[in-house]
Amino acid sequence: MPGVWSELTGAVPPGVTEALELADGFDRALAHGLGRLGEEHVAALEALAAATAATPLGDRVAEAVTKVAAGAAAEEHLVALAGARTALFGAVHDALLARLDAVLGRTRAEWREPAAAGPYGSENLLAGLRSWLHELAVAGWRGVDHDLAAASSQVIEAMLAEPGLRRAAVLADGLAAELHAACGVLDRIPARRWADLWARALLLTHVGPDGRSPLAAEPAGTVSGRLLVLGVDVHEHPTAVQLQVHALLEAGDGPARLVRTAVGAMKVDTVVGPALWQLFDAHPVLLGALAGRLTLEVTDLPLLPGGDLVWHDDRARAGEPADPFVTARVGLAGATAPAVPPLERHPVRIAEPVLLEGYTAVTGEDDTLTFVLDGDDPDGALPVAVDRLPSCGPLTPKLVARSKACIGLLRWDAGRWSLQPLAVQVRAKGGVTATHTGDWAQGPTDPKAAKAAARHGNPVAVLRERAGRLLRR
Amino acid sequence: MIADSTAPEAWSSSSWERSSTARVVSPVRPRKLAKVPFVELAGGCLQGVVSSGSDESRVYVSSIAARTHAYSCSTNNNRWCGGLGGSPCKHLHALANEAVLQYGVDRVARYLRVEVDAEVSTGSDLIARMNGRPEQAQAETVFSRFLRHLAYLELPGTTAPLPEMHWFPATGAVG
Repeated sequence: MPGVWSELTGAVPPGVTEALELADGFDRALAHGLGRLGEEHVAALEALAAATAATPLGDRVAEAVTKVAAGAAAEEHLVALAGARTALFGAVHDALLARLDAVLGRTRAEWREPAAAGPYGSENLLAGLRSWLHELAVAGWRGVDHDLAAASSQVIEAMLAEPGLRRAAVLADGLAAELHAACGVLDRIPARRWADLWARALLLTHVGPDGRSPLAAEPAGTVSGRLLVLGVDVHEHPTAVQLQVHALLEAGDGPARLVRTAVGAMKVDTVVGPALWQLFDAHPVLLGALAGRLTLEVTDLPLLPGGDLVWHDDRARAGEPADPFVTARVGLAGATAPAVPPLERHPVRIAEPVLLEGYTAVTGEDDTLTFVLDGDDPDGALPVAVDRLPSCGPLTPKLVARSKACIGLLRWDAGRWSLQPLAVQVRAKGGVTATHTGDWAQGPTDPKAAKAAARHGNPVAVLRERAGRLLRR
Repeated sequence: MIADSTAPEAWSSSSWERSSTARVVSPVRPRKLAKVPFVELAGGCLQGVVSSGSDESRVYVSSIAARTHAYSCSTNNNRWCGGLGGSPCKHLHALANEAVLQYGVDRVARYLRVEVDAEVSTGSDLIARMNGRPEQAQAETVFSRFLRHLAYLELPGTTAPLPEMHWFPATGAVG
């Protein structure tokens, strides 16, 4: 399919650049501090209000901008601004994903409005988090000191204990850690990133009149069938880690469905590398399937409207061996992708599994890696996000550079597409060897890595032993 | 305070400011935790918790202040460490050495404001470049931060997706 990739990487869908410029204006105002806006910042907020004027948010955003410009920003006004910014990124997400689906020829399910999820959590704690986000916005990122960065720690600690608030707590904890680490040492501001985190956190504190969160949804039903794993994506910050497995679900007669299933754990910063897997010892069937490249037979797993299976290790059992490269070659093209929940639509969530073959891997001078996909067409080159290769697995930039086939996730950030590898095939003596991010799910299989892990001991066990001895239960 | 880079001209050459996944915190390096289970650079100090060599239910809370390099070591019950004479005890050396393994010598030296050269590679080397005095610090505060740290591992895991974790990609291979 010559020339196909250049359609994705060569041109930006209409409207995306303009939407992101509006967002940049807001992000600069937020970095400066909504409590002391200059003229150019007020103009940026007014442009945001003008852009959303024709939407259902229009009146509330216009009012919020007037109040913020007058130095009288209340929390409800900030929620309106966060909503407007979220709508911009939602539109960017939709344009990018539509382009991606067209290039891949991928069919995507229609969004169906789900039932609202059950009671969300303690209103007091949400109010506490909202109040911190308000203070941050007034001060601006450049006005954040150690005291303000740490001011949310008690609220976050209490939120972590409430399962219904885990999403908001994990996000706020990640943001607080970055603000804390950045105070006094950072000479530039990750303006889009922190505005993203701030806006999402603020929306997560929002509770509708029915006491429910618009970002939570009840499962659309349960499913049973066979899961064919494509690969595992690892997310981590100092105190949290999530494994997100991408797989094809064969259930019933219809085409296979692309699904995700995620397990998460709280951790501390010193638990890194292959030790991360030890945090997931409650999911032996899942880890065994990742390490052994096995299919999973699942029974009655809840399926959320966004295509996420809620994992229950006791409702799964490992089946036959299944090579993810075969799964991708045979099944990926015909599989149906899930719709994306409206309030989750943000380019950062785009993580679309693809199989790439027949590329030329080019290593740049500054150790960047690019897959050239469309012959000599410079637009048909896809940067490889080697910085996203997880430290808990065996994939390395060198291995990816030698690869002949790659299963990866298409990502979009900072104005460009990239490929995040989940698995590669490398030609070796006597055939082809495959390496997957999940290969070490039951411990490192490479003798060198196993030796290094043994040298560091078992950090999870050491800290749990300390906790058992010192935390008065 | 965080320096200002929000003037439009400062953005023109960089996509970092426009990245949703810009890296802000460097991941720490793996190290053996048995002897020094907790190390942090916080509140103007290198501080942490060192396991006692003789009594497994006792720990020492050790700290070195940035700039003044005043040092402190006591048990979690605030009993002054017997090893502290006119110089840092073995617990403080262990703390500094593990901090260097965890963060790298440059980051620790920068935080503590210690002048270093190519000769300095371990925490003990750093201590040799300091000229602080013993000064009792608040052991309870550090100890309670350690307990909070441990409490993270006691929290139940999740099986519902955490979509916000897409903002926190895995941190590339370290060490």
